[in-house]
Amino acid sequence: MSMLSFEKRYRVRGGTLIGGDLFDFWVGPFYVGFFGVLTAVFALLGTLLIVWGAAMGPTWNIWQISINPPDLSYGLGLAPLDEGGLWQFITMCAIGAFVSWGLRQVEICNKLGMGYHVPIAFGFAVLAYVTLVVFRPILLGAWGHGFPYGIMSHLDWVSNVGYQFLHFHYNPAHMLAITFFFTTALALSLHGGLILSVTNPKKGQAVKTPEYEDTFFRDTIGYSIGALGIHRLGLFLALNAAFWSAVCIIISGPFWTRSWPEWWNWWLDLPIWA
Amino acid sequence: MKTMKRKVFTAAALTGAAIMVTGCELPVGVETDQKGYRGLGLEQVTKRHLEARKRADMEIPPVEGPASTGGPKAGDIYENVEVLGDLSIGEFNRLMNAITAWVAPEEGCNYCHVPGNFADENIYTKIVSRNMLEMTKTINTEWDAHVGQTGVTCYTCHMGNPVPENIWYEDPGMKQAGGFAALRMGQNLAGDNVASSSLPNDVFSAFLQEDPKNIRITPRTSLPGPEDPDNLVDAEWVHGLMIHFSDALGATCTTCHNTNNFPDWTNSPVQRVTAWHGIELVRMLNVDYLNPLQPVYPANRLGASGDAPKANCATCHNGLQLPLDGAPMLNDYPELNRVERREGWTPVQGDAATTEAKADVAQDAADA
Repeated sequence: MSMLSFEKRYRVRGGTLIGGDLFDFWVGPFYVGFFGVLTAVFALLGTLLIVWGAAMGPTWNIWQISINPPDLSYGLGLAPLDEGGLWQFITMCAIGAFVSWGLRQVEICNKLGMGYHVPIAFGFAVLAYVTLVVFRPILLGAWGHGFPYGIMSHLDWVSNVGYQFLHFHYNPAHMLAITFFFTTALALSLHGGLILSVTNPKKGQAVKTPEYEDTFFRDTIGYSIGALGIHRLGLFLALNAAFWSAVCIIISGPFWTRSWPEWWNWWLDLPIWA
Repeated sequence: MKTMKRKVFTAAALTGAAIMVTGCELPVGVETDQKGYRGLGLEQVTKRHLEARKRADMEIPPVEGPASTGGPKAGDIYENVEVLGDLSIGEFNRLMNAITAWVAPEEGCNYCHVPGNFADENIYTKIVSRNMLEMTKTINTEWDAHVGQTGVTCYTCHMGNPVPENIWYEDPGMKQAGGFAALRMGQNLAGDNVASSSLPNDVFSAFLQEDPKNIRITPRTSLPGPEDPDNLVDAEWVHGLMIHFSDALGATCTTCHNTNNFPDWTNSPVQRVTAWHGIELVRMLNVDYLNPLQPVYPANRLGASGDAPKANCATCHNGLQLPLDGAPMLNDYPELNRVERREGWTPVQGDAATTEAKADVAQDAADA
């Protein structure tokens, strides 16, 4: 793969967290590092385990392949491979790969002398996943509470777990998470539209400056958050979406077992009117 | 300015945290029940302390030793023994004692009998209990698809209360403006029937009465049309009823359904079959036994629209999937299945239950 002329200048030695210079090299455009190797190993192993699980399963239909966690009766112990043990190993591989990937981002940040905003943001996504398959199962006392790895089956899990609380839309953290997801999409589309509009003026005209961007939004809604601010807002919205997603599922079961509509009875029971 | 901001922030954070904490359960004493194939979320999570709290008031009354079956029959000795006449004197009195303990432990015999003259028919509670005895026998002998071999006794619903705790009346909803004012469509009122959700409230009148609304509203075609007249509003009514089912039994949607496909029976847990019979049963109870008692009750026992008190799932289940956790009380009182109406006696209205009712009948006759 080709490289832009200036990129070489930023390919500096050091900044590794572990392994010193041993893995401090690039393959084509990719920085490797110790965590790059680890990511590759975990990702490959995990994928092969999924393929193995599929081979043992009843179908090769890509939509129906499913690697399920163990029965609840296994609690927090290990299960036989064909009875959820594979799911446990695949989960370890997934977490290994995700965390390694994040640490590789940290090393690249170190090399470039940047802040850690990207690995932190990525960490929120990993946190949401680990909440689903590790933290919540531990709080509930069985790995069987994790979700199955299958395109359709994980949707069944989402549906069934949601309906255990009769109406999941009343989960306050779920409300926040959904709102943040939608707002993230809104902010990103407004921002994307704005940038494309100023960079694609009429033929023969110069690309517009940020003053134009600001003016557009001041004219529309009386306020412009600014060129840097929109990215702060975007990060805030997106991190909150992932964070409240994790919250909404970890409270479902460990911290609340009844229906979510009834959680709101604290409001009906406030001493002001109750 | 900065400290001011910080103070406001701290106060807001503390308030938020307090709300979160008071609205939460502790993550201890978790019990889970797997109801389907592993990993598909077909399970129910419960907390031991919450389950114990539900059962705090639940105690099974002690059983009196079996009575002699010999000797003369109660119907031949006592006056006006219309449905338990086939029992021996011993059995009859033992059952009367039990019913007192089950239904009116504080009020005693006089809750259903006129003091000094137990044969007197001029007290509505006696007429009601007679019909309830017949109802109990019908449930135990014809509805084993729902009540199994455990069956029910008076105590299943009454649990020591003269009026069972969980009964319902038609709910006309609150008074509201007419004309162009927005119609509530019977919803958005955070009612207890539907676990404080925004779903339509009076699901019992809609589904557990005569001419019930259709529960099966899943469309079979991709677009609404003459073959699928039901719409989203109908779905919300059903969702409301189902929320009542779940709350009444301390269960969840997944107790009876694989939510992958709600209407599909082949993938549903077997509990759904029992529940289906339960729907039919409770409709029968309301239509055949509870509504006909309406003229018997005094006004203070009737609902806002003058209707009789009626049953739903919670009436018997009281928050448990097996009422009284499946305590086999009927085993000790098989006499309940020997309820037999004596010839020449018809239930309810025939005997003009209360003085008030008698007066009404006389008035009607005069008017005619």
